[in-house]
Amino acid sequence: MARKGLLYGLALVLLVAAPLYVPPYELSLLGRFLALAIAALGISLVWGTAGMLSLGQGVFFAIGGYAIAMHLKLANADAGQLPDFMQWSGLDKLPFWWEPFRSPAVAFLAVLVLPGLAAALLAFLVFRRRVSGAYFAIITQALALAAATFVISQQPYTGGFNGLTGFNNVFGFALTDPHTQLALYWITLGTLALAFAALRLLLDSRFGTILLAIRDGENRVRFLGYNPLPFKVLAFAAAGVLAGISGALVTLDLGVISPAMFGVVPSIEMVIWVAVGGRSSLIGAVLGTLLVNFGKDWVSSAFPELWLYVVGLAFILVVTLAPNGVVGIAKSWRRPAFARRERPPALVK
Amino acid sequence: MAEAAALLEVDHVTVSYDGFKALDDLSFSMQPGSVHVLIGPNGAGKSTLLDTIIGRVRPTQGRIVFKGEDISALPEFRIVQRGICRKFQTPGVLDALTVEANVLVAATRDRRSWRSLTTRRSAAERARVDEVLDLIGLSAKRSLSAAQLAHGERQWLEIGMVVASDSDLLLLDEPAAGMTHREAELTAGLVRSLAGKHALIVIDHDMDFVEQIAAPVSVLHMGRMLAQGSVEAIRSDPNVAAVYLGRAAEGVDARRT
Repeated sequence: MARKGLLYGLALVLLVAAPLYVPPYELSLLGRFLALAIAALGISLVWGTAGMLSLGQGVFFAIGGYAIAMHLKLANADAGQLPDFMQWSGLDKLPFWWEPFRSPAVAFLAVLVLPGLAAALLAFLVFRRRVSGAYFAIITQALALAAATFVISQQPYTGGFNGLTGFNNVFGFALTDPHTQLALYWITLGTLALAFAALRLLLDSRFGTILLAIRDGENRVRFLGYNPLPFKVLAFAAAGVLAGISGALVTLDLGVISPAMFGVVPSIEMVIWVAVGGRSSLIGAVLGTLLVNFGKDWVSSAFPELWLYVVGLAFILVVTLAPNGVVGIAKSWRRPAFARRERPPALVK
Repeated sequence: MAEAAALLEVDHVTVSYDGFKALDDLSFSMQPGSVHVLIGPNGAGKSTLLDTIIGRVRPTQGRIVFKGEDISALPEFRIVQRGICRKFQTPGVLDALTVEANVLVAATRDRRSWRSLTTRRSAAERARVDEVLDLIGLSAKRSLSAAQLAHGERQWLEIGMVVASDSDLLLLDEPAAGMTHREAELTAGLVRSLAGKHALIVIDHDMDFVEQIAAPVSVLHMGRMLAQGSVEAIRSDPNVAAVYLGRAAEGVDARRT
């Protein structure tokens, strides 16, 4: 256990010092992937621990991203003017629900609260009816599709297919300034470390034990006198919050949030990162995110048309041969053969 | 029957599935600390009766009264919190957790989600877990994953979880199924030792096992109470024999045609 802590500490130091030895392009990628890893941590919690496969985390990612982008669009608009895309669409008045986002405090709060609320509401409605397994996965995927379609269709209010972009001024700092980028990198790293530590504590608590128990035998847990519903709703809300934070950080990093970043495909990709890394381990979620995304960058710059096949193959290999992902493989090397009796949980139940 | 003091009252309960009556106007009551064995041919309604008590199946008519309170409409987890816990026919232990954690989850008194955001365990809970592990003979295997246990041990673990819940009424559905003779004997001893502290309803097919429990036996047949009495009385009851033999004869007839 102490060795593990030492290892994590070392990794953190290496990441903090990364700007010293990582070239700028790779560093900007690293920063973005670390931001994505925050969403992956949430998936590890709901899928790896609690057995709820969500193919719609992009929705909560988007709520966080749009919340911060709406504020930045307003802050970057000329005095007395509407954001550019609204003018192009012929709007002459700011929609009332945009108004609160003038305040940076409201925007920040919205990034933290709205995705959590949306996730909690979805989880409550679905899990109250005792829908689970593949049905839940399908519902979340449909939600991702519906959300992306809706945003695209509401061009005057959401920026449509192009999303929200063109904000260089972020709270008085220029987004393109290397110093801003550096600060953003460290903020991202700090947030990820905090999220990681918080989830570690959660998993070690009785709450984490009950989540694991629900994954394996929701009915057994129910017939031991627990109501599984609030456990599932809270876990799903936590994952929603993490996805929202991730979305806000990525939006800042890229200077854009658009439907192409949160629809069905990006939502499924998030699940693949976690599967590749090892879904029942937090560090697996982070490693998988980095591995798959750096792989994507590398493969798609060398052979652009090949990436989808590579990631599809990787997913199939992981599911069939290494259900606990990279972390599972590493563990099975370390552990003697007789201890390898633990069966991984079913993909969905 | 002293109705006022009854722990559990099954009051004219009918459970019907599209006209098929799994339980047919069944009434039945239990005193605190008493043990009851339930036998009957397949499809007699034994498991349905336990399902109905624990809230997995709702009575079509009639009601279940526990500690003087109608529980027939309560959510399952609330029924359990009132003091009824059940071991299912196929062992339902939590494979992802250690043996110890399985018992701990069951022994936890405060089961609310927001109160579980802590790693703290009360000394009483820990002591109770040690006690139960001892009782089911799994102390040495407490740190193993529940998935690594043999079948009989899994049965015991689930019995241990039900006991750890400290419920007033324990429902054991075929606790000795798949066990060796020796294991079944130990299980019968365990059941006897629980009597008095808990009321128990035990379902089983194996008459040797039923005999070892040495408790009053009720025979269910087609959702109705056919006979009640001691093991000896049930064994010599011509109606009971007819039900079991009749079934066998029907089976033979069916095969002939």
